[in-house]
Amino acid sequence: MLKYMSAGGGFASGGKKVKINPKPYRCTIPNKPKQPKRCKIKLNGKVITCMTDQTIMQAAYKHGIQIPGFCGHPDFIPKGNCRICVVEVTGKRCLLTACSTLVENGMEIFTETERVQKARNLNLDFIFAEHIEKCASCIWRFQCKLLSFAEKYKILITTFNDRKGKRKTYKFANAVEIDGTQCIDCRNCIDACSLMQKIDYLELKGKGSNQEVVPTEDKKRHCILCGQCAVHCPVSAAQEQASWQEVEKEINNETKVVVAQFAPSIRVSIGEDFGMPYGQVATEHLVSGLRQLGFDYVFDVSFFADITTIIEAEELIGRIQNKKIMPMITSCCPGWVNYAEFYHPEILPNLTSVRSPQIHGGGIIKTYWAEKMKIDPKNIVVVSIMPCTAKKYEIARKEMKINGMQGVDYVLTTREFSFMMKRRNIILPNLKKSKADNPMGEYSGGGVIFGGSGGVMESALRTANVMICKERNKRPGKICRSRIDFKEVRGLTGIKEAKVDIGGIKLSIAVVSGIGYVGSIISNLQKYDYVEVMACPGGCIGGGGQPIPTTEEIRKKRMEALYKLDKSKKIRKSTDNKQALEILDWLREKGEKLEHSVLHTKYKRVK
Amino acid sequence: MSYETRNIINKIKKANLTGRGGASFPTALKWEMVKKARGKNKYVICNVSEGEPGIQKDYYILQNYLDTAILGMETAIEYLKAEKAIIYINKAYFKKFEKKLNEVIRGRKIEIFEKEHDSGYIGGEETSAINSIEGCRVEPRLRPPFPPTCGIFNSPTLVNNLETFYDVGLIVKNKYHNKRLVTINGDCLWTGVYAFDEEMTVEDILRKTENYPKFTFFVQIGGDAAGVVLNSNQLDCKVCGGASVTVYSVLKHEPFRLMKEWVDFFVKNSCGQCTPCREGTLRLQEILISKDKNWTIFSDILTNLPETSFCGLGSAASIAVTSYIKNVLLLLPSGKIKIPEADKKMLKEVFSL
Repeated sequence: MLKYMSAGGGFASGGKKVKINPKPYRCTIPNKPKQPKRCKIKLNGKVITCMTDQTIMQAAYKHGIQIPGFCGHPDFIPKGNCRICVVEVTGKRCLLTACSTLVENGMEIFTETERVQKARNLNLDFIFAEHIEKCASCIWRFQCKLLSFAEKYKILITTFNDRKGKRKTYKFANAVEIDGTQCIDCRNCIDACSLMQKIDYLELKGKGSNQEVVPTEDKKRHCILCGQCAVHCPVSAAQEQASWQEVEKEINNETKVVVAQFAPSIRVSIGEDFGMPYGQVATEHLVSGLRQLGFDYVFDVSFFADITTIIEAEELIGRIQNKKIMPMITSCCPGWVNYAEFYHPEILPNLTSVRSPQIHGGGIIKTYWAEKMKIDPKNIVVVSIMPCTAKKYEIARKEMKINGMQGVDYVLTTREFSFMMKRRNIILPNLKKSKADNPMGEYSGGGVIFGGSGGVMESALRTANVMICKERNKRPGKICRSRIDFKEVRGLTGIKEAKVDIGGIKLSIAVVSGIGYVGSIISNLQKYDYVEVMACPGGCIGGGGQPIPTTEEIRKKRMEALYKLDKSKKIRKSTDNKQALEILDWLREKGEKLEHSVLHTKYKRVK
Repeated sequence: MSYETRNIINKIKKANLTGRGGASFPTALKWEMVKKARGKNKYVICNVSEGEPGIQKDYYILQNYLDTAILGMETAIEYLKAEKAIIYINKAYFKKFEKKLNEVIRGRKIEIFEKEHDSGYIGGEETSAINSIEGCRVEPRLRPPFPPTCGIFNSPTLVNNLETFYDVGLIVKNKYHNKRLVTINGDCLWTGVYAFDEEMTVEDILRKTENYPKFTFFVQIGGDAAGVVLNSNQLDCKVCGGASVTVYSVLKHEPFRLMKEWVDFFVKNSCGQCTPCREGTLRLQEILISKDKNWTIFSDILTNLPETSFCGLGSAASIAVTSYIKNVLLLLPSGKIKIPEADKKMLKEVFSL
């Protein structure tokens, strides 16, 4: 009778097709009581106390029960669309989603009844049929939630035929991709791209089972390759474009000298993938891991961050003293550079011309170090281990070439690195500690805090302060003392503003943690003298290449670890890094051309 | 608050009016919720999407009693001190009544919003309607918050069906007699929209309209997509949900094809937001067209849909098929229905549990 009565319905076909709006609605009003109260609920027969602003999932977790789920992420308000976290609540007709339902006093909840199991397992079966298992080459396979649920709940996984075999893979430059054959329609990537980063590049196309996450057709939007979609994807459908296979090939190539350099933020996150507590510093373990993988030399990007700091501080002082374009804006975050080049080309002259630490590393390894070691730079392969997906794009930029060579040859994300180790059965926490190679292994506290939002700024201020005071103290009068800690720029807040005094020069500064917050700073740029922008929330410690999960709480722990490390360092200021100064002297002796090509870069408008 | 506006809520309460959109939520309660909700602006939405096939009562009201419905809307605007009312109407109806509607809303705080063509069945669900008007993807919102406290533009919003406003109009005019509009259609002669007492049973309705068939039949109550299927011995019940009675001749409707039509409808109209509805309806379809029908999984999916779906559409997706199997397929004598013995045996085993 459906056909017979079709005249009345809005589903009648024909007529002009209207484009479905690509953006799903997301409520911005938190659904939480303003004054949470203590309440008692019964969870699987046991009375527990919790707060009324907790969801069932949160309350259960606090009491040792982990309710499974895919679409929820602490960074976002609940969506409740995967329907895996269903629980039975006495008196309710349907099952409720634990991720979105707040606890109420007297609630009686069951998380593992036969009814719950049946519903949850069938929904898991559905999800398995959406996700084509590419486990063999999937860097996520050792931590895959899908596989662990299949095992835990005895899911057959082949109940239904895979239905997304013909879906496309969308590649974004050489850095990030979204593989439609693996997507389970949880929409976390869209939340990351829209709610968090406000880039709005990812959209939903189609309806029902035809819906698909696609890049927008809007030419005014551009992917900045930050990788937040990847770090929020529960099933590795959004992921980095992996390079580990090429790197393994290079390692196996006898004629090549393969050098690894690892980012400051890696040391405080890699341990998580091996069961170490959040915020555990694992520098020496990871150096050992890199050696086990067969890298011939291991250097620390924190060392190159000291070089970056010195050049950046020099540029800052130069801009101030010569009254050049102000404010100066940091440029070591490649996601931010991508953003500026596309969305705000008018501020490109404000970006420092200083290259990022990993690019400094690549350049110095292939010039200074190659000469010192008497190795033909053509036979050196530099691999960066980065918390970042945009770094993959940064190394391939034409303007980053030195003597026609690419400074860094490959970038591996933290996830790729831990996958490579797991694949070789390397258990990171059990490794014998090892130190990074000299001379590019020691670093100052300023070099290591590059890994967190505010770190580049703080490090540059420390060094600029030293430089200015040095000048001042040549003259008679009050002794100028340099300052080390700039606590006002630390932390996970989206926008941090402060006024600082470095050797008598008063600077108005701003630090942006997460590209979603950059808008108001750009429109008030004239207010500031120095601005730091990191595209990912929390800076590199929350980067798109970091271990999954990455949440606010985890970012906090990683950041704390960086500052603890900074405090424990004998040298805190980059200017005290003697080896760094030596290399800079060497570069300067070699002439301006080489010095410039190793240390500086330029930007261009992207159309 | 004037005497009259205070009076109206008591009158609606006294009339025991419930929402005519299908969920039968007490109208007075909903109005009071919006009234009490905090918000600078409040909105009224009149839902005329009528996406449920087999129901044409809204069409009937538009044609005959638009004035009364508008009176109901104006009453709501006045009671809530609402910013404006929006008539959310499906394209076909708008095309037909455009002139009339434009005339009638002139000078009033009422606007018309034409529902997108491909927003489909789900576009009629209240939060989807709100999304549609706001320009977001047409799919239901996570609740809470509910529209009465946080609806369109995050403001308190009253969403009622056109018939509900029509009934409020009647209440204002003191002409409401607890009647509701019932659409009758299907394999019978006197199809159309009738007004019946709320308490009247399906059997009475069919007999009164001289539509009670002489052949073996079954009916679907409350819409041709989401309505429940009853056999001819189960007609001693009220018309519930979106009010309609559709008569099906057993002979005319081949069982698997009929089931597939229902399932196809939900596959086509699922918004795709939640797993059970997006995937479940698709798999039901897959099973129905397969040679070896796995009725166990079929039944599991049917149970799962109302248990875990995000919204009412997903929950409703299994009603017709499940009730058809239970009330018709398994109860009719073998000679009357043509399905393979093996399937019938399996169905009996799976669905008698």
